[in-house]
Amino acid sequence: MKLNDLERSMLAGELGAATKSALEHQVKVGEFFGAAGFVPVTQAHIMADTESLGEPGIAWLESLGRGDGRVRVPTITDPRGTDFAKTSVLGHTARIVDLERRAIAAFRKLGVLMTDTCINYQTIQPPARGESVAFGDTGVVIYANSVCGARSNYEGGPSAVAAGLTGRTPRYGFHLDEHRRATLRIRTDFTPRTLNEWGALGGLVGRLAGNYWAVPYLEGLERVPTSDELKHFGAAMASFGSIAMYHLAGVTPEAVEPALPVAHRVGQAEVAALQAAYAPQGEIDVVVFSAPQLSLYELRELAAMCDGRRFRKPLLAVTSPQIKPDADRFGLTKKIEDAGGHVLAGMCFYQSYAREIAEANGWKRLATNSAKLVNILGGYGYVPLLASMERCVEAAEKGRL
Amino acid sequence: MIYTARHAIGKPVRGPALAAHDGFSARYDLDRVRGVFSRPTHKLAGQSYVGRILVLDTAKGGVASAWMLHEMASRGIVPLALVLNSVNPILVQGAAFGGVTMLVGFDGDITAQVPSGATVELDPGARTLRVL
Repeated sequence: MKLNDLERSMLAGELGAATKSALEHQVKVGEFFGAAGFVPVTQAHIMADTESLGEPGIAWLESLGRGDGRVRVPTITDPRGTDFAKTSVLGHTARIVDLERRAIAAFRKLGVLMTDTCINYQTIQPPARGESVAFGDTGVVIYANSVCGARSNYEGGPSAVAAGLTGRTPRYGFHLDEHRRATLRIRTDFTPRTLNEWGALGGLVGRLAGNYWAVPYLEGLERVPTSDELKHFGAAMASFGSIAMYHLAGVTPEAVEPALPVAHRVGQAEVAALQAAYAPQGEIDVVVFSAPQLSLYELRELAAMCDGRRFRKPLLAVTSPQIKPDADRFGLTKKIEDAGGHVLAGMCFYQSYAREIAEANGWKRLATNSAKLVNILGGYGYVPLLASMERCVEAAEKGRL
Repeated sequence: MIYTARHAIGKPVRGPALAAHDGFSARYDLDRVRGVFSRPTHKLAGQSYVGRILVLDTAKGGVASAWMLHEMASRGIVPLALVLNSVNPILVQGAAFGGVTMLVGFDGDITAQVPSGATVELDPGARTLRVL
């Protein structure tokens, strides 16, 4: 890779040991992908729940901070592995809580802002068209590339930390024009009505596209989706297909009708089939709204559905630390919790030791409106059920979907 | 038989292959405590990945694998290497961070070329996979 003077100084250790090791890591990754050089980034976003990090990852973060490691650009965090105010609800052990506290302390020492959100494009600062960033959550990356027109690859935790420390990232993949063009054309005659349907449609497109380097172009929607609908659509597409960018006609800033034949047609039957592939009905142990964290508008809708009900099964609604105070202020939290639910903040269900939560609480059959969540939780031993928010709330009340 | 990859990272390794035309994600597919594939629909469900050279189609899922390969390596409950038709940045970043050998991108479907159980030798410097 071609390095400028500043990058050569970093590599020589003139800006400290942490920055040196960060750039060394980035050079390894950049050379693997044949990057010609680096691109400066304006912000970094780190996924670093402690289930993923483990003790060795935390020790690595602590080692960076013991020297002179300090981030050079605004660097924020994805959800943490617990909500410290709700550890007893989750069944999190003292060991889990201790690991989270250590990780937070290590990040703060590096100058990282603990935003703990996977919806930073709704709560912190959406990037602008053409802005190069280093984002570390698949749902965040796909939204940034496809809706905002910003430029990011998937930056896993160590690479996002490195980008924060160096203020740059290797220029490959979605930082390059040639990788941002549509590669596959898909037509739909179905415009989803609920968030679970938007997620299911995104999951279908993700499966059809199939890998990180595919950029599906989707046409045929009858209206412009909302931010929350795009959030579920993109998060599921990224989850099912490892997709980092899509073109949605009329939405994606760079979308132009591609000179490609329509390769696939998807409709209501396919969306229904994807949902039916998960357990469609029966007894449930818990209802979870998470993945991605809920916006204020989703909480508003949920609170209205909870009003006046009494739940027989636990209902968890997970949001960001930025939105939770507003939900409290507007009485949304109270309506949900008066019905027997819990509003949690700063975590995400699957990033919060989902296996340990299941064992501690005896939860196996989990109902949710998140297509992303059902795609993930099978590997954690859950039997996930995908349904609308309304049906999930009813399930919490009746004990079955 | 020798196959040449377009991309490679890590140190030379030699070991038994475990192959399937399916994806790979540390979070979605593995029980990392027991060291087995745990996603019920995965073609390798129930099989141990520890010490195996996994020969799979592509990277799936989210970003967690970038940390998890490092964590798995620290406990020794980790694949010996990863061989894939295509990859996303996460697995590359994870391999770089965790010191896991990886070869990616072949002429043809590598999962159809390498049988499970075969002893395989990877040389990232030469970008070669040799079935012994």
